[in-house]
Amino acid sequence: MTKRMWALLATLAVAAAFPAAGATKQTGGTLNMIAWEGYLQPQWVKPFTKATGCTIHAKYGGSSDEMVTLMRSGGGNQYDMVSASGDASLRLIYGKDVQTVDPSKIPDFKNFGQAFKSPPNNTIGGKHYGISLQWGPNTLLYNTKSVKPAPTSWASIYSPKYKGKVTVPDNPIQIADAALYLMKTNASLGIKDPYELNSTQFNAAISLLKKQKPLIKKYWALASDEISLFKNGDAVIGASWPYQTNTLIADKAPVKDLVPKEGATGWLDTWMVSAKTKNLDCAYKWLAWVSTPKVQAQQAIYFGETPVNSKACAIMDKLSKGSCAQYHANAPLKYFKQIYFWKTPIADCGNGKKNCMDYTKWQQAWTQLKG
Amino acid sequence: MAAGLDPAQGLSNGVGARRRFGGALWRRPWLKGASLLAPPVLGFLLIYIAALVALFVYAFWTVDPFTSLTIHSWTLENFRELWHGSTYRTVAFRTVSIAAAVTVTDAIIAFPFAYFMARVAGPRIRALLFILVLLPLWASYLARVYAWRLILNSDGLLNWSLHKVGLPSAGIAYTNTAMWIVFSYIWLPFMILPVYASLERIPHSYIEASRDLGAKGGRTFRSVILPLALPGVVAGSIFTFSLTLGDYITPVLVGGASSQFIGNVVYDSVNQASNLPFGAAFAVVPVVVMGIYLLAARKLGAFDAL
Repeated sequence: MTKRMWALLATLAVAAAFPAAGATKQTGGTLNMIAWEGYLQPQWVKPFTKATGCTIHAKYGGSSDEMVTLMRSGGGNQYDMVSASGDASLRLIYGKDVQTVDPSKIPDFKNFGQAFKSPPNNTIGGKHYGISLQWGPNTLLYNTKSVKPAPTSWASIYSPKYKGKVTVPDNPIQIADAALYLMKTNASLGIKDPYELNSTQFNAAISLLKKQKPLIKKYWALASDEISLFKNGDAVIGASWPYQTNTLIADKAPVKDLVPKEGATGWLDTWMVSAKTKNLDCAYKWLAWVSTPKVQAQQAIYFGETPVNSKACAIMDKLSKGSCAQYHANAPLKYFKQIYFWKTPIADCGNGKKNCMDYTKWQQAWTQLKG
Repeated sequence: MAAGLDPAQGLSNGVGARRRFGGALWRRPWLKGASLLAPPVLGFLLIYIAALVALFVYAFWTVDPFTSLTIHSWTLENFRELWHGSTYRTVAFRTVSIAAAVTVTDAIIAFPFAYFMARVAGPRIRALLFILVLLPLWASYLARVYAWRLILNSDGLLNWSLHKVGLPSAGIAYTNTAMWIVFSYIWLPFMILPVYASLERIPHSYIEASRDLGAKGGRTFRSVILPLALPGVVAGSIFTFSLTLGDYITPVLVGGASSQFIGNVVYDSVNQASNLPFGAAFAVVPVVVMGIYLLAARKLGAFDAL
């Protein structure tokens, strides 16, 4: 290595050290966070550290199940916050892993869409166990060249027409997708909520998935897996997230996605605070920070999801033209109503009966399905 | 002891003690050996055996489904579920049969290759072949599996070549066949090396003697070379079999809709269901399978060659 390169490196090191030195002057602290990949980007984390002095250590979780496991590891005091999806949040609340938060300390809370202030996956009996973050639908993704006519219904991933070219997520919550399809197509089963299934309804969903299995090319575990399946022509239709669609379209792949006529399952993520955090002050500062319109817009565009703060729309269009409409940030209530948000299946059916299949049963059934 | 007469005692107790210790070691040679071996043996016990013991202990515990806390009471519940759940039998059977198929494939490919290296090739070619065998081991395991994905997928190199010669596409991307091919490729060096070692060790005079006694090439191969090389093949098969048995990454990356291995079920039960005890119980299965395999391998003389 030449002297000049050493000099360059030294300059860089000094430059890197200075903002950090500036930050430590304030009364900061450290937050250890579990998040979905893409939720803690330097774009909005660095300005946060600069403004508050709170540094953030990110640990990315690959699935809701993994996040719950991580939150409980080491007696529950290793992590301060988690970006929990609806299928993890109830487990964390009932497991007493997270604490209640006071929305009056979050200035932007009043700008949240009405449905996101006290959704059932983070608010129980009027008590808030976190602040809603972003949401999005699980869409039907297809290759426009191979799938003709364009699909309008989830029926296309259960029909033998695309045998061996179908892909769905490797996730027990996928059972809800089958239940949602049955809810709209088989009224005799009487499914009211795809996450509250008695044993008859549950078995009907499982047998639909068993019939689907010979059509499946692969149950994808990572978003990147699905992207390569579509890119290489190994799959032409499947269940997806908007993130994959955006990535594939950016790569000029001939794909399109939609929310089919039956509606779709979806996720609503919530930042939750560990019951044993030692840095509540920084945690509240973070909750306020990610709720601001600017950060909401940045994250929505980066990940391809929809912000809960209704003021984010204008900033989204400023950052990337047309993105507000693209991610449905200004969509009417009708669009929102057709999304059935992920929540943890529990034995309590919500109608006074306790005969619903809980999540352990969902996991077992999924393992057996994959066999 | 005569230590009391030692004039140096008053000056330095330490020197006396050291001498006495030295004397004790000299009189009892086994003590010397034991104190030399004790630290590594203790380390081995702690790291290796303790992990196995913890695995066995955990296998007899269960987990509360809602709080994911371990319930420390002894039960055979996990093993009962393993025995009665047809899924787990299917998964175990799949894992063992693919491991066996990979082992046989590797043995068939490795034998002629190792034979050429050991008995035909000159020193220069042999060195080159050695490098070729070891070269893949320098690259990341993941990179090589991803490379195979590029070859096998439906717009990949394989189908492209088949089209060029006018053959239909082979739909083997994301199937158990793909797993078999990738595993056979990845573990091949671990078979070639021990087979090479055992073939190289056969004295040339044995083969000459066989010829002198009138045996033709085939007979010499069957009656002299193969029996003497067998321990090497078995030693190699221990590697290929156990490495395949314990893998869980290749099934995720190149496997299809029905490609779960024991390792994948263990991973899911620990990481998704927070059910370490069940994972531990299932992990006992490959330990038992390997135990039986090693006993059989010892009978065939695999450890004489090591």
